[in-house]
Amino acid sequence: MNGGHDLGGMHGLGPIDPPSDEPVFHEPWEARAFALTLAASSRGHWNLDQSRFARESMEPGEYLRTSYYEHWLHGLEVLLEEQGLIKDGEIEARMKDSTPGEFTGFADDRVLAADKVVKTLGRGGSARMDGVSAARFNIGDRVRTININPPTHTRLPRYARAKSGVIELDHGGFVFPDVAATDGVKQCERLYTVSFTGAELWGEDCEYPDDVILLDMFDPYLKAA
Amino acid sequence: MADDHDHHEHDHHDEHDHHDHDHQHPMSDTALRVKALESLLVEKGLVDPAALDQLIDLYETRIGPRNGARIVARAWTDPDFRAALLANGAEAARTLGYEGRQGEDMKVLENTPETHNMVVCTLCSCYPWPVLGLPPVWYKSAPYRARAVNDPRGVLEEFGVRLADGVGIKVWDSTAEMRYMVLPMQPAGTEGWSAEQLEELVTRDSMIGTGIARDPQEASA
Repeated sequence: MNGGHDLGGMHGLGPIDPPSDEPVFHEPWEARAFALTLAASSRGHWNLDQSRFARESMEPGEYLRTSYYEHWLHGLEVLLEEQGLIKDGEIEARMKDSTPGEFTGFADDRVLAADKVVKTLGRGGSARMDGVSAARFNIGDRVRTININPPTHTRLPRYARAKSGVIELDHGGFVFPDVAATDGVKQCERLYTVSFTGAELWGEDCEYPDDVILLDMFDPYLKAA
Repeated sequence: MADDHDHHEHDHHDEHDHHDHDHQHPMSDTALRVKALESLLVEKGLVDPAALDQLIDLYETRIGPRNGARIVARAWTDPDFRAALLANGAEAARTLGYEGRQGEDMKVLENTPETHNMVVCTLCSCYPWPVLGLPPVWYKSAPYRARAVNDPRGVLEEFGVRLADGVGIKVWDSTAEMRYMVLPMQPAGTEGWSAEQLEELVTRDSMIGTGIARDPQEASA
């Protein structure tokens, strides 16, 4: 989707202003929002691409005004409501009555238990898939990206649509996010790294036309140039 | 939960008022909202409150950029490991015990006198957690995500890095599930240093590509 998250090349956002040092979490609520998201997601009701889509669905103005973990909080609320795990208005009601939630046991055996945290996160879960079809492109091939503007999730950013580049790496088969985000189905597509010149992405007149920008591109995003 | 919240300023479940004990500021709406959501999810049995504390502890104290620094220092001192790391970053990191969520498939990018690599995620915040920990705020911020791809030299200048004339830039936009970590160049004058000594020169930013490894003179000053 052409949302507030698709930021590559946007102007007017000001300096980056990196601090020399900073804590992992700036506020206690950020840590809680982070942990809630990971813990709730581990139940498998939604996948990573659906999480990303839920965060991107924030109104663009609001997305740019709010902080990173507010995006996460928004995404988590959207997913929980979609799954019927919380009802509309339930959070607001709880904010008013401040009753602490009593933990009386797991809803089911898919809830991430404390003693499984280190092992589960240490194992992760690769998006790599077996059974990918034969490569359409070889390293060094010239390709052109397609021009799409789906209202749904895609990992082809606006600044790299309808651009010509060169295949640099072939990573094999991976879950295709555009489909996984919409209906949860794991469709296997080949993933390439494609290089583009500054001139191709930003115009011949850009300051450094020879700088190289590389993006990971799924096979359906590409056609032979 | 009561016995396992050393890292938090207060116990979120026992806190009945709307004030932060330590700072005496009213809790923000967002903080209240997160607290309400946590209370609901705990009550519904969808999250284990002790698991939340474990998750926070894991990424606050155990998984961070010192992991990556150890990998880099090893690559600088062990040519075989360096070759393995560049061939398959995730696999080589695993041999040192660093693996897991958001680092399942990882490529390591070698900085050379000709090429400087820099990593961004313009669409969200993709970052190799097992080796660098959670990303800093600036990495996830709109200005960095917007400018890294069309003004990388301007970005580097903000980080105090000026590349020599003729050095090419490669910016890697992490748009899929491959994660990228930069192998910075070993600083001149550190030949023969031990991996432990070299580790101290490896900054987080040098492994994102918005920095270079610390100068040994400066580091010892």
